[in-house]
Amino acid sequence: MTGVDRTEGSASPAGSHLLGVRHHGPGSARAVRAALEEVRPGIVLIEGPPEADPLIPLAAEEDMRPPVALLAHAVDEPGRSAFWPLAGFSPEWVAIRWALEHGVPARFIDLPAAHTLAWRKDGAEDGDGPVPGSGDAGPGADARVDPLGVLAGAAGYDDPERWWEDVVEHRGVGEGDALAPFTALEEAMTALRETYGSGGHDRDPVREAYMRLQVRAARREFEDGVAVVCGAWHVPALRRKATVAADRALLKGLPKVKTDMTWVPWTNRRLSRVSGYGAGIDSPGWYGHLFGAPDRPVERWMTKVAGLLRDEDRIVSSAHVIEAVRLAGTLAALRGRPLPGLGETTDAVRAVMCEGSDVPLALVHDRLVVGDVLGEVPATAPAVPLQRDLARIQRRLRLKPEAAERELELDLRKETDAGRSRLLHRLRLLGVAWGEPAASRGSTGTFRETWRLRWEPELSVRIAEAGVWGTTVLAAATARAEADAVAAQGLAEVTGLAERCLLAELSDALPTVMRILADRAALDTDVGHLAQALPALVRSLRYGDVRGTDTAALAEVAAGLAERVFVGLPPACAGLDADAAEEMRRHLDAVHGAVGLLGDAPAPGHGNLRARWQSVLRTLTARDTVPGVLRGRSVRLLLDDGELAQDEAARLMGLVLSPGTPPADAAAWIEGFVGGGSGGGMLLVHDERLLGLVDAWLTGVPAEAFTDVLPLLRRTFSAYEPGVRRTLGELVRRGPGRRGSAAAAGSGTPGFAPGLDDARADAVLPVVRLLLGLDGGDGEARAGLAEAAR
Amino acid sequence: MSASVEPTSVDPSQSGSAPANTGATRPTRTAEALRPHAEDAYAAELAALAAQDDRPRPARWRLSPWAVATYLLGGTLPDGTVITPKYVGPRRIVEVAVTTLATDRALLLLGVPGTAKTWVSEHLAAAVSGDSTLLVQGTAGTPEEAIRYGWNYARLLAHGPSRDALVPSPVMRAMAEGMTARVEELTRIPADVQDTLITILSEKTLPIPELGQEVQAVRGFNLIATANDRDRGVNDLSSALRRRFNTVVLPLPETPEAEVDIVSRRVDQIGRSLDLPAVPDGIDEIRRVVTVFRELRDGITTDGRTKLKSPSGTLSTAEAISVVTNGLALAAHFGDGVLRAGDVAAGILGAVVRDPAADRVVWQEYLETVVRERDDWKDFYRACREVSA
Repeated sequence: MTGVDRTEGSASPAGSHLLGVRHHGPGSARAVRAALEEVRPGIVLIEGPPEADPLIPLAAEEDMRPPVALLAHAVDEPGRSAFWPLAGFSPEWVAIRWALEHGVPARFIDLPAAHTLAWRKDGAEDGDGPVPGSGDAGPGADARVDPLGVLAGAAGYDDPERWWEDVVEHRGVGEGDALAPFTALEEAMTALRETYGSGGHDRDPVREAYMRLQVRAARREFEDGVAVVCGAWHVPALRRKATVAADRALLKGLPKVKTDMTWVPWTNRRLSRVSGYGAGIDSPGWYGHLFGAPDRPVERWMTKVAGLLRDEDRIVSSAHVIEAVRLAGTLAALRGRPLPGLGETTDAVRAVMCEGSDVPLALVHDRLVVGDVLGEVPATAPAVPLQRDLARIQRRLRLKPEAAERELELDLRKETDAGRSRLLHRLRLLGVAWGEPAASRGSTGTFRETWRLRWEPELSVRIAEAGVWGTTVLAAATARAEADAVAAQGLAEVTGLAERCLLAELSDALPTVMRILADRAALDTDVGHLAQALPALVRSLRYGDVRGTDTAALAEVAAGLAERVFVGLPPACAGLDADAAEEMRRHLDAVHGAVGLLGDAPAPGHGNLRARWQSVLRTLTARDTVPGVLRGRSVRLLLDDGELAQDEAARLMGLVLSPGTPPADAAAWIEGFVGGGSGGGMLLVHDERLLGLVDAWLTGVPAEAFTDVLPLLRRTFSAYEPGVRRTLGELVRRGPGRRGSAAAAGSGTPGFAPGLDDARADAVLPVVRLLLGLDGGDGEARAGLAEAAR
Repeated sequence: MSASVEPTSVDPSQSGSAPANTGATRPTRTAEALRPHAEDAYAAELAALAAQDDRPRPARWRLSPWAVATYLLGGTLPDGTVITPKYVGPRRIVEVAVTTLATDRALLLLGVPGTAKTWVSEHLAAAVSGDSTLLVQGTAGTPEEAIRYGWNYARLLAHGPSRDALVPSPVMRAMAEGMTARVEELTRIPADVQDTLITILSEKTLPIPELGQEVQAVRGFNLIATANDRDRGVNDLSSALRRRFNTVVLPLPETPEAEVDIVSRRVDQIGRSLDLPAVPDGIDEIRRVVTVFRELRDGITTDGRTKLKSPSGTLSTAEAISVVTNGLALAAHFGDGVLRAGDVAAGILGAVVRDPAADRVVWQEYLETVVRERDDWKDFYRACREVSA
């Protein structure tokens, strides 16, 4: 008992009731309601930015559903903003609602956001970090001095949250004095403040001076019956006697920015500590339950959990609920707690309802302990800063929203056009489909983009909705991309997102997307998915290069993905049926192309990807369980890269086409080798040996098997261009050996004479000279060229 | 050589000096025992706890639930008596287990081999009832008589059915005397025999139709079962039976250091008992084996940056111990006397690749994406490539 000028209860001589709370504490909220009912004040003062005073009546509207947040942002710089989240069980919210229901004025009395936002500019350290007015006085929210940590330590608790729960939240509002809990808490806080002063919260003295002035003013205005709802930490400071002059002096010369405020919808997930701007509470769902449950909170909670698990098709009977409640109660007794808290109920749910497994428990945590609740804000709330930011960017980029559809050609090498492209891509990520990318006419270069623009009125609504993601287009698109990546189902979805992030130049979102991409790739057991994702990723890499983005992380992930494909591909190729083999062949081609592009990209620690890919292909060619079409394709890819000597290819082909191989398999091999893409036919035209092998095999296919292989062969050869087909036909009609005999005589490349034909080489030289820009008639150059040609 | 490890073996406290400390107070009947029962080995600690325990005790409990938790987790009593920790792991688990026994629900301890299930169950029974010997060992051949009662056929033929001719099972005795019964490896017991427990656990009574009698459990009776949740081919519990149990899953060691500590200590013991020549400087290799096991088991690298697929095997601490022991034997008898990467590579491969198709891909991916990137793991990478080729 320190006896700071107190006469009765927590009411000071002038009749103001200081209700110290823990922000977002359901017990505090209940106590605040009881206290307000008892003292019936003439005005309610709440810790919060006074700019929001005109917004208070909105809280009474039908469409206003917590959790919501007060959002303050600098008018000229929407990116500078702060949130004051309020849940249904927040004491501040309860106080606002009580005031509105009883027709009592309510006011915010914290330092204006104009100053706090300006501060933030100076002290650049906290960015979007801790939320002013919601975390600082609450327990455990500040590392400097944690008031509750000190109190809990004194009481022998290692966890301040648990101490607070036991001492404050879990005790119902008893009969007797509704103000008693506040008095007790204030005593404790007074003792703390005497020891720690402002506890390292540098700005607290200023804020408290402002609050003191506001309380003083309200007291003059409303004689008596002023109730103040603020963080318990501030109560002793508000109680302290300070002269008006001293307080004014503290407030002199504070920096200031022009600010605007509005209500925005909030979610339980954001209230919880795990994501974004936390309000510093782990379990908003649990607190909401504690606040909402009229009685028997544990029994009601267990029933809720059972309901959730039943919906997920787990067998949970009433007997389970009974046992869980009993176990929670006994556990609480063992741990010496007055009532089961979240820890006890969770342990009981795990042991009784989840059979010791953490998997269903994770569901309980996600759906109930945190909860899916999404707040709502009436349409009459002021516009979100995102809209303002968009308008600014539109002005800067001279891109007016027009209802008529028009096409826009962008050259990404120009500053403005690149900016426009970024804006359109970002809006698309946010679900604001102002521009749709269209196929470029003419040029297909990566420097060009074509957009079809059209501004529909409902896009404004979309922008308002997107306001939950952030206050600027950039921040919102980043937050949205990250959230999308986390929620994405398949690997391909994430790669697509990575591509869009690059296009929209969201370099802050890229690390998250990449991490999730790497995780998904690591856990995906389907090589097909990986093979599909790889080309898109490599494509992104090239786009990134064009736009000068830092793509080292991307290259790293792409290389990692390629590694996984290399490892997984050979086993995945075994024992496939015809359709699956055909699909796998497409994957093979895609990966081959991607590795070709990736081979040049820097990927530290990933060595020579191309060489390893070739060894994978070589494995495939040698494995008999791999379908013919894939083996043929692998041989072909190796041959094209010059990794396989033509002799070796001919040998492999001869093996496959020898009588021991079933004709269908051989035909598939041929399709893989010479089918599909361009140039298949040309190979046969130029390499007579291969053609001879195919020809010899074909004539040797038995009549009964011929009808089986015919469709395959037709599919292979009908894809060739007419010219190629005719040449092939002519070659076959001429019969083997005629031209081949000449080639076979020499030791050179098949299809070429062994020596150089000087006359024909000379004929080419003028053109080569022209191409190289060399002087005509220079003998030396000519000799050099001839030498080079040799 | 056999490097198999019994389930209790990896608990560090088991290997400790506790039995020696209390040796003087041990009753003579167990003085010669190779492995004294928990209630004998730790009799002094139990007595000290009982003497100072002023909290309410459930009927027929030797200690209060709080004191039982202290007995398992260790601590210092007000008079300065030090209670050694019997179980090193999350406090929460022991609290839930003790609390379960204090209600009338049975306790099921689940976990992969080598997580000290049997060890915990023995000590719980010793602390609660002062007797850890009312034990049914579950096997594929466990008959119903082992859980209910059997007959002394000589008496049965001579005098006809009577209580004298009846041979009670440990469970029946526990029911009659209000003690804690234990069932080891519950999931190895055939399903129809398992279901015998349903009546015992829900009605708390065991009918003897041959005599028209029944045995009713008195207050204080409860049952601790242990089961292995990763083994294939076990008899899963029926949901009716499962519902009678509160389940506690005993986790694998939380930190790499703890696991390395357990493995090296245990390997040292086994090595001595198998008379393996001493192999110096094995700790780095042990750390590597534990790292590989943990990373594959958890599906994430220790630096938390890369996710991994997990193989189908359990990769428990017990297996890590056997891999290292094997490697030591290799190094001592066929190598240069120093535990090298090559000595453990084959063992690791055998532990990881249980399913030849799926696990091999997992292992190869791990090799190529994680092991190869680590500069000081080159020797290990080469050794693994050699054995997996």
